[in-house]
Amino acid sequence: MTSIGTGYDLLNSIFSPDGRNFQVEYAVKAVENGGTSIGIRCKDGIVLAVEKIVASKLQKPNANKRIASVDSHVGAVYSGMIPDGRHFVDRARDEAQSWRQNFKTPIPTADLASRMGGYLQAYTMYGSVRPFGITAIVGGVDTSEETPVDGEVGSGPAVGAGGKVPGKHGGPFLYMIEPSGLYWGYYGAATGKGRQAAKAELEKLDLPAGNITIHEAVKEAARIIYIAHKDNKDKEFELEMTWISTVDGPTKGRHVEVPKELREEAERLARAEDESDDEEEEEKKDDDNKMED
Amino acid sequence: MDHRPQAWGRPRDDVYGAYDHSYMQENGPKQNTQQPIVTGTSVIGIKFKDGVVIAADNLASYGSLARFTDVKRLRPFADSSILGFSGDISDMQYLDRHLTELSLSEAYESPDKPRLNAANLHRYLSKLLYNRRSKFDPLWNHLLVGGLDDNGEPFLAAADLLGSTYSAPSLATGFGAMLAQPIMRRYVPDEESAKKLTREEAVDIVKEAMKVLFYRDARSLDTYSLAVVTKDGVELKEDEKLENQSWAFADRIKGYGTQTV
Repeated sequence: MTSIGTGYDLLNSIFSPDGRNFQVEYAVKAVENGGTSIGIRCKDGIVLAVEKIVASKLQKPNANKRIASVDSHVGAVYSGMIPDGRHFVDRARDEAQSWRQNFKTPIPTADLASRMGGYLQAYTMYGSVRPFGITAIVGGVDTSEETPVDGEVGSGPAVGAGGKVPGKHGGPFLYMIEPSGLYWGYYGAATGKGRQAAKAELEKLDLPAGNITIHEAVKEAARIIYIAHKDNKDKEFELEMTWISTVDGPTKGRHVEVPKELREEAERLARAEDESDDEEEEEKKDDDNKMED
Repeated sequence: MDHRPQAWGRPRDDVYGAYDHSYMQENGPKQNTQQPIVTGTSVIGIKFKDGVVIAADNLASYGSLARFTDVKRLRPFADSSILGFSGDISDMQYLDRHLTELSLSEAYESPDKPRLNAANLHRYLSKLLYNRRSKFDPLWNHLLVGGLDDNGEPFLAAADLLGSTYSAPSLATGFGAMLAQPIMRRYVPDEESAKKLTREEAVDIVKEAMKVLFYRDARSLDTYSLAVVTKDGVELKEDEKLENQSWAFADRIKGYGTQTV
């Protein structure tokens, strides 16, 4: 870290001569130490998963949730500083609520990502604040159905002004928002300590092809979190997973926790694969030893 | 031509005399809602052994004009309770939006199972209505809330624009209180008989009562919504039609309208 001591890293509002904002880069470091979070966008929904590091054995198992509902159809997970993430979620909920107040309709995931991107970006410009120490993954399913305006009476005009727009609407969307405020849409997103391994696994799934169902994605997500945890094996963790299917799927377009049986089945498969990998490695070692003999 | 905008669009002074500006001024004390404008008629509900059946027709009237004929006046809450609205439709919309916000913020902490049951919801709404009437700005509705209570037993209760609450094995608002309530009370005079009633019987009673309401209530409609709430959730049908109507009795009615003999 050659930049330390040059003075350009002390304040958000000052660029270094080569055009960097060191405070933002330090925030990214905070994210890189957090438990791995991933999001998968498949053809019929979104799966969010997080490697929740158990800080103490005295904490109640399966309490202290890390994945939050922002609106009925949107979920958010984050890696990094948890209090920052909590505030991120609070703000996202406020945005979703105010959208409903203004437009009488649920917020599209893209608009939520845009607003939260803008919010995080504002924390990179002033000397009096620090950037968010989180990278957040926001997933949502915008309804493909004809959505009634909250509390509307009648069904409105069929055509013309205020009428129905033909064509495909909604679907699953996934965004990842970084401390700088930068956000992109993804098919598979990963952040936190194990993000490199997780990204490598996500790429293998060929998600843009749209061949994976949400049930398969649940199993893959569990597997990927177990793989990502390999570099962090000295710490205990819990797998937390939520999903949002399209309206005709198992969650009916709502963001809910993956049912316990399904999650445990996915974890069992992930562990089984993990163990068989370990055995292979050990066999290899044995072979190596034999060759040396 | 008179170039002053305040003089435009008024009756000519030379023909009708000077304009009475007091019409444009607020006189006397501030007034809030004095009457409902667009209204929904009766909501009826009945308890049975596993839950509650509620029904309301799909009409919103503007005075005696049948203004909107596809209005859904039954609203599920958090997939576990049902609300039936009679009275002012815009106040219904206000409450609907308020409850959407409430159910979303409740779901933040408990996304998988609802924290508020029908009894909680009824208490909440009665306080909201009482608070508004105490400000002399009532929400002009009469509500039925159906679902399950804290013990998982069927729950049915009413709350009105004054904040009054009451409960019975069968309930009806508006005209229904006169026309449907006696019919339903024949089947469920008390809690014990409601505990014996099956779901099918309850639905049949409600359908029969809705038919009587359509016969005798001039502000009603033959398309209606019907909801059944049990521990498994809310089953809501919003496009039911009255079946097997018989208007034979109409022949015997005399003394109304253009009839001369």
